[in-house]
Amino acid sequence: MEEKLTLFKNRKRFGIEKHIDIIFKNTALVLSSFVAIILLGIILVVFFQSFESFSRYGLKFLVTSEWNPVKDEYGAFTAIYGTLVTSFLSLLITIPLGVGTAIFITEDFVPKVVRETIGSFVELLAAIPSVVLGLWAIFVMEPFFRAFFVFLHNFYGWMPLFSTEPTGRNSLLAILILVVMLLPIVTSIARDSLNQVPKKLRNAAYGIGASRWKTIFSVILPAALSGIMAGVLLALGRAMGETMAVTMIIGNSNTFSWSLLSPGYTISSMLANQFGEADGSQVSSLFYSAFVLMILSLVVNIFAQWLVKKFSLKY
Amino acid sequence: MNSLYYQKRLSRNIGDKFFTSLSAICALIAILPLISLVTYILIKGGAQITPELFTLEPNPPGDDLDAGGINPALIGTLIITTIASAIAIPVGVGGGIYLAEYSKGGAFSRFIRFGVNVLAGVPSIIAGVFIYALIVSTKILFGSMYSGLAGGMALSILMLPTVIKTTDEGLKLVPNELRYASLGVGASMYTTILKVTLPSAFRSIATGVVLGIARAAGETAPLIFTALFSYYYITGFGDLFYEMGSLAVLIYNFALEPYDAQNKLAWAASFILVLSILSVNIFSRILAAFTEKTKRV
Repeated sequence: MEEKLTLFKNRKRFGIEKHIDIIFKNTALVLSSFVAIILLGIILVVFFQSFESFSRYGLKFLVTSEWNPVKDEYGAFTAIYGTLVTSFLSLLITIPLGVGTAIFITEDFVPKVVRETIGSFVELLAAIPSVVLGLWAIFVMEPFFRAFFVFLHNFYGWMPLFSTEPTGRNSLLAILILVVMLLPIVTSIARDSLNQVPKKLRNAAYGIGASRWKTIFSVILPAALSGIMAGVLLALGRAMGETMAVTMIIGNSNTFSWSLLSPGYTISSMLANQFGEADGSQVSSLFYSAFVLMILSLVVNIFAQWLVKKFSLKY
Repeated sequence: MNSLYYQKRLSRNIGDKFFTSLSAICALIAILPLISLVTYILIKGGAQITPELFTLEPNPPGDDLDAGGINPALIGTLIITTIASAIAIPVGVGGGIYLAEYSKGGAFSRFIRFGVNVLAGVPSIIAGVFIYALIVSTKILFGSMYSGLAGGMALSILMLPTVIKTTDEGLKLVPNELRYASLGVGASMYTTILKVTLPSAFRSIATGVVLGIARAAGETAPLIFTALFSYYYITGFGDLFYEMGSLAVLIYNFALEPYDAQNKLAWAASFILVLSILSVNIFSRILAAFTEKTKRV
């Protein structure tokens, strides 16, 4: 005991330890700033690589749809239009589906075990790599929906959206596979925000005689709306940047068409398809489209973050 | 008199029933894809599992008789993911330590946390484009163009936000009393972090990092023009500087081939990829649930 006490008294910090401490702190500081460096690096590199194309076409690049490596003429309208249409339409389908699922697993319609199983199934869906979903889309989903597409074309062919004869891969399939990929995002975020709505709100609504769904529509959903919105925006960002599954099923054609039943293009699928074999000013034009994609997803993501911060539930 | 009892025909009760079944249908539609996907992968992929699958090289498409195996892609995925982890884990854990332990909520740390979220939202193909411009087209890595090393770097960009976030959040959950106690007995800051806070947050950080690695292992977009693809065995260290195959790119390339043999190989590779990713996910879920239970006691 005595010996231990003296040991304790004589224990002094080595001078070097102070330096190690400072080095450790600064290393951590440098490592954390890597994030900023990479982010800025990505923006700058993609911007400067696209400069040639940018100075040649300017903003006209965004609205012309000719993409012709032989004539060396480039315009990304088809791809930009495809990106926007596939992501917005897929979101339009995903929102009711995802929120409906989230309501089903936060209310007590079925025993907790069932609800938790459904919840974890949906979350596991998010873990499936998108290239595997693409494989599944090619060999399972496309044959499954083929008859449905023919039906759509036969009965609604007068609408521009369904005006082309369905032949294999098309934009509508890309929308459907995006729905599968976005569902887990929307569902899990909607579930979290629904769970955060305090119980007393529900009890109050029940107390004044509202039915269950009246309560959900007029009290629970409005209270959880900001969280759900943020989730929807995150899903939108993901949909715009999603590459593999879309590339595999969208048909990859640079010919512009209003029809969802014809092959289309998105910016990311164009990058995935052409980047490896491109040269000359085509590379620069691809970088330009990559820059457009990056700006689109940055804007959506930053807006989502702002929304989360601004409207986070304060109960 | 009757108004005290539940009336089936009341419009609000009919409406309630309607919406309840609607939400049940939503939930059903939501889980159908996973069930269908897993069934197809088990049946179509599971049928292809043979010992040769793990030992042979894939044959170039066009050879309708036999597709060969996926050995180079399997090893390639392991190597590329290891490279990505070797870059992203030290950088991410270090950055997370700074955010959680040193920063005082000032402008810098707010900016970095914001940057982490933004980087997490950057489309994965952009990471590939970035590495292509930075490393592949400049041949900066000893004159090699497409390489496993470049692929690993592209993947590390995608892993980095996950690692920083889980470290930051894991460390923030460690109670401050532990830090005070350690500093109080005279430990320096770095000893406190390395010996006290990091070990006590280890499990949650490890879970997040492992999930991040599993996610990266299935990423394809950053690899298709950084690591490209290769049909040949990986024999030595020097192969890091050449084109390298991976399971994800193999699935992409072979799913689009018109030949049945290659398509089957794509299903087999999906079987292995999905099985490993799902088992990592389920295992970490069980671990997390287990940890929570023991904490409550």
